[in-house]
Amino acid sequence: MNRLTALLDRPGPATGLVIATIALSSIAVAYYPRSLIAFLLFQASILLLYFAEVPRRLKQALAFVTLGILMPLLGTINGYYLEVATQVGIFVALALGLNIVVGLAGLLDLGYVAFYAVGAYTWAIFGSPQAGRFISESVAHFPLGGGWFFVFLILGVIVAAGFGVLLGLPVLRLRGDYLAIVTLGFGEVIRVLANNLDKPINFTNGPQGITPISRPPLFFQPLLDTLGIPASPTVLYPLYLYGLVLLIVGVVILVNRRLEDSHIGRAWEAIREDEVAAQAMGVPLVRMKLLAFACGASFAGVMGVIFSAKQVFINPESFTFLESIGVLAMVILGGMGSIPGAILGATVVTVLNLQVLKGLSLWLNELRNAGVTILGYNLANLPTQLEPAKYERMIFGIILVLMMIYRPQGILPARRRSRELGGNK
Amino acid sequence: MATVLETQAITKRFGGLTALNRVNFDLEERKIASIIGPNGAGKTTLFNVLTGIYRPDEGEATFKGRPLLGLRPDQITALGICRTFQNIRLFANMTVAENVLVGMHSRVSLSMGSVLARGRRFHEEESRLADRAATLLDVVGLGAKPNELAKNLPYGEQRRLELARALASAPALLLLDEPTAGMTQGEAQALMALLRRLIHEYELTILLIEHNMRVVMEVSDRVTVLDYGEKIAEGNPTEVQRDPRVIQAYLGRKRWGKITDTPNA
Repeated sequence: MNRLTALLDRPGPATGLVIATIALSSIAVAYYPRSLIAFLLFQASILLLYFAEVPRRLKQALAFVTLGILMPLLGTINGYYLEVATQVGIFVALALGLNIVVGLAGLLDLGYVAFYAVGAYTWAIFGSPQAGRFISESVAHFPLGGGWFFVFLILGVIVAAGFGVLLGLPVLRLRGDYLAIVTLGFGEVIRVLANNLDKPINFTNGPQGITPISRPPLFFQPLLDTLGIPASPTVLYPLYLYGLVLLIVGVVILVNRRLEDSHIGRAWEAIREDEVAAQAMGVPLVRMKLLAFACGASFAGVMGVIFSAKQVFINPESFTFLESIGVLAMVILGGMGSIPGAILGATVVTVLNLQVLKGLSLWLNELRNAGVTILGYNLANLPTQLEPAKYERMIFGIILVLMMIYRPQGILPARRRSRELGGNK
Repeated sequence: MATVLETQAITKRFGGLTALNRVNFDLEERKIASIIGPNGAGKTTLFNVLTGIYRPDEGEATFKGRPLLGLRPDQITALGICRTFQNIRLFANMTVAENVLVGMHSRVSLSMGSVLARGRRFHEEESRLADRAATLLDVVGLGAKPNELAKNLPYGEQRRLELARALASAPALLLLDEPTAGMTQGEAQALMALLRRLIHEYELTILLIEHNMRVVMEVSDRVTVLDYGEKIAEGNPTEVQRDPRVIQAYLGRKRWGKITDTPNA
């Protein structure tokens, strides 16, 4: 292990090792498209790339190749992997948004998914025939054309940020437990509103949800046709949405980093550390807290818009309290206040839920169906209450508990930036 | 000398307790003034009123002719009053340099846009801030430790970091709440020598709350004595030391007598 880390610290061998791992794991996925282990290896190679001491430009190029080219290619072999990657991207943006509110500014928000819902419903209502139920045909025809999707990406940011401020205003004086309860309530209010705003005027279509929601236009299809690349929308859409998510995650990371490493980010952290002292040092509490809520919310808003276009159908069930807790778990698991931590946390939790734990319960089920005997006990006799699928949440819970006991600061805790202060020393 | 700070009849009550009772108080520019008084005399309450943490029930205060009361703490800091705390309140999980940088918040002239664009303006401003932080850390003798976490500093250095953080907001008036608490006599005197220097270098006025009488008498141009929320004496150190009411407040008297004699307002 020590030799491996020593190897990763030297640019030459590290670069070779990383490229080899990425190449080998990609080939493994291509040859064994059903193998979970091959895909996990591919993900691990990306993590390896992050840690290895590779020259910066090369690292960026390799990251682009893996995420921008290899991943979509592998996605055409096994479409489910692309779906997982897209989900990971969505949750990375959510975790990064919540990281600003909880990790940096220290404002515990248990209703974060509300902003995701706001973004999703913003596009869902106008990108489907739904808006036609309360806006007269003479004003506009619904669904709006696919091109409007891009306008609504911006609009989703703005509307969600507005709701962030709306939540922020009443909770400005609250801290800790009290704040957590109010945000929890806010999250529920938004969900209940979505559930009940089907009368007297039908805005959200209530529990039935909204469908079909327009997807963004495949504006590049004519180009593909002239190039002679045969591609049907069923293949193109997952790739297209993956690309969009990847692009937005890139922007979100950039915005996050720039905010964090500025007087704004420092003010947020000061508020987290000591509100009274922060204000006494000239940090305007109200403005900075509202800014934190608005920024966090806007990331969720833009991903909400994408989510509704991706799913084509949304209903209030997608935005439950459990989702908020899930995103919070990603932030805490990854390391509060840490951007790489939030990204890794979101990835680990999503992959665990979508693949690893599911794979595990499928495997246990196979053992059971095959009637394998362990320690003299035939698994086929397992009562239905102990069905393997029910272990998924339990194992996830155990992982969380163990993490909090043995590594409470998270997988990749926030590192303090060392800085070179001016030259007059 | 011009008057920097003026307060008139400041009264602050907490329930039945009158923490400050009609306190009138002036501060002259580029002087060191001290507030002394027994525990619970209302010294820190006065600081909290002046920095906007408490709102007084009555009275007025002006800073360089501008009304102070009703402003938020951050607005008061922006006007040029900054403070340290009796029980150190640093940003524990941030580095020494970051603590000082937060202190400059009200002096940062960057919009959200230029932070996100991260253009030349941003880099110039950030390096200006970093230079100032380095200078201030050198001033308080922490220039060698910019990347240390604040919570890992020894006690005396934490006090000095708090001073640097307060100076970072470029105040005209610095309020120091027991800056020498927990220091040896030698350290305390070194700190006072530093304060003397700062008055000239940064054109400061300093108001101290201090229990260390030797320090107070040596460094102060003017001493104000509070007891039970009332100003009982004011003047230069020698005058105050001779005042019989001060001696009484410090050496004791029949306190129950006072309570029955003058019912609370």
